[in-house]
Amino acid sequence: MKKQSVFERIAAAPYVAWSAMFIIGPLLFVVFFAFTDANGSFTLDNILSLPSYSHTFGISLGFSLIATTICLLIGYPLAYCMSRMSERARNVLTILMMLPMWISLLIRTYSLMALLDNGGLVNGFLTGIGLPKVTFIGTEGAVILGMIYDFLPYMVLPIYTSMTKLDRRYLEAASDLGCNSVQTLFKVVLPLTMPGVISGVTMVFVPSISTFYISQKLGGGVFDLLGDTIERQFQLADTYYIGAAISLVMMILILISLAIMNKFSDGGEDIIV
Amino acid sequence: MNKEVLIRLNGISKAYDGETVLDHIDLEIHDKEFMTLLGPSGCGKTTTLRMIGGFETPDEGDVFFDGKRFNDVPPYQRQVNTVFQRYALFPHLNVFDNIAFGLRIQKRPDAEIKTKVKDMLALVNLKGFERRKVSTLSGGQQQRVAIARALINQPKVLLLDEPLAALDLKLRKDMQNELKNIQHQTGITFIYVTHDQEEALSMSDTVVVMAHGQIQQIGTPTDIYNEPINAFVADFIGESNIVDGIMLDDYRVKLAGHIFDCVDKGFGKNEPVDVVIRPEDVDVVATEKGMLRGLVTAVTFKGVHYEIIVDVKGFKWMIQTTDFVAEGETIGLSIDPDAFHIMKKSEFSGMFGDYSSFSDELEKLSDVTEEIEEE
Repeated sequence: MKKQSVFERIAAAPYVAWSAMFIIGPLLFVVFFAFTDANGSFTLDNILSLPSYSHTFGISLGFSLIATTICLLIGYPLAYCMSRMSERARNVLTILMMLPMWISLLIRTYSLMALLDNGGLVNGFLTGIGLPKVTFIGTEGAVILGMIYDFLPYMVLPIYTSMTKLDRRYLEAASDLGCNSVQTLFKVVLPLTMPGVISGVTMVFVPSISTFYISQKLGGGVFDLLGDTIERQFQLADTYYIGAAISLVMMILILISLAIMNKFSDGGEDIIV
Repeated sequence: MNKEVLIRLNGISKAYDGETVLDHIDLEIHDKEFMTLLGPSGCGKTTTLRMIGGFETPDEGDVFFDGKRFNDVPPYQRQVNTVFQRYALFPHLNVFDNIAFGLRIQKRPDAEIKTKVKDMLALVNLKGFERRKVSTLSGGQQQRVAIARALINQPKVLLLDEPLAALDLKLRKDMQNELKNIQHQTGITFIYVTHDQEEALSMSDTVVVMAHGQIQQIGTPTDIYNEPINAFVADFIGESNIVDGIMLDDYRVKLAGHIFDCVDKGFGKNEPVDVVIRPEDVDVVATEKGMLRGLVTAVTFKGVHYEIIVDVKGFKWMIQTTDFVAEGETIGLSIDPDAFHIMKKSEFSGMFGDYSSFSDELEKLSDVTEEIEEE
């Protein structure tokens, strides 16, 4: 690799300092606390107590996998269609996709809550046309819906970006070699947009598995996801050793799943995480 | 050559945003022919090729393949394969999988695919490259993979869109020979697009010269060179002096104030014409023996010959001679009757064939811009 110039080093300095303070430092703290007890001495108890949280790990993983899969199933075709539209239509749709990202995640979740509440808009509509009320809040569906609602743009945009970067000549070459449009999609478009898919999956899966407010607001406190558990451990100062241990294991889980996904992209091109 | 017509273009027109790209093109392509579409950028040659490939549909006119109308048949249902400009090899597949792509789509058995890919790699001189990633290949190697990927489907017609444009000169020459060999071995009809006249002349059975969305001339390389139909073709194919002349009578043409004998006939009495004289057909003689007299204004050594620019009554001629003449010298010029080629006046008259602004540097410069525009 080429040697960094003085300018490059100076330019990078603010970020290096930033990440040392706010990324590397906290990470070390997490690792430190995960292996210490209240007296500050080394222990494996925190880690060893984790199997009692296996249910939490299970439903967190389940919910975020379902949400990610649905986001992918909605997002990929959407991105594909967007990339083939006229430039005007594309730009409008991109803005529409971005618009919710400018609003705080928390506010979006609250507004979804206002819609789904027992006295909310949806139930108001249902009773209005003479149908019985449906309880949404506190169901698995509501939590997963919340994840999809909050994170869908993060799936669409990276895939859309890789779609627009896709050279039309590859599509022509596929057609030339005998592919109809479905075959072109699976043999050429999908593999070549894999980096976008990986980015999208990552950007939906990671916040989904670590969220706590979505499950608190839309799950009505029924579901104890990883994020909720970690939050509780840290709020009750006594047990943040456990919280650190859960965080650590969760991070490792995420890293493992990222590594598996990267295998799919065949060591492929630049991945925008 | 087999004279059976394989593809027929009938009155094809195409416009983009109101700008005419093809203007009523008629063209017949015969089976097993090596045909080249030749012209400057923007002449419509690539669009013509893409019509045959199925990537463009004509606004007007019909494309016939084996006698059947073909306009709305999508590319994947055509027995035509394309070698794209800059190849368009699939970056997610290795060499083997790129070449096998077409056969896999046809769901051929694995054993067959394996043998055929092997044969193809041998044909394009890339034995042992099966597992290589395409991004690790050189331009020439990618070129060969692109050819193999197209040929393995045994198309009736292979379309090649400026396939050698990205290669350096030496490699280009080698690939020209190789392409011609491949065409002979496989007996597949080749339709080849290029803006390089030398490439067109050395490879083709038939050359189609295009300009402004129209076909200017169709013929064998020799015909096109020796009997250009108008000033554009004469200028585009090789070097030519194109001089205003008057056809006094059959076999007698007057130009630059001198009356010459020539071998052309069939023009009107005293009809104004364009006269083409190739630089190699003008002899340098002693001043008093010359039919014309001129002042040498530039001399360039070209290895085999000198290229000199001679000012004859204000019109600059290019002449190739093996005898050294010095700049500033006045020389005589002599031209044999069969060196003249007489053309009717056309829309291109007066636009080409004068070397007053000629320089090698300029020519190279314009070549480069042309390639960039072609993108």
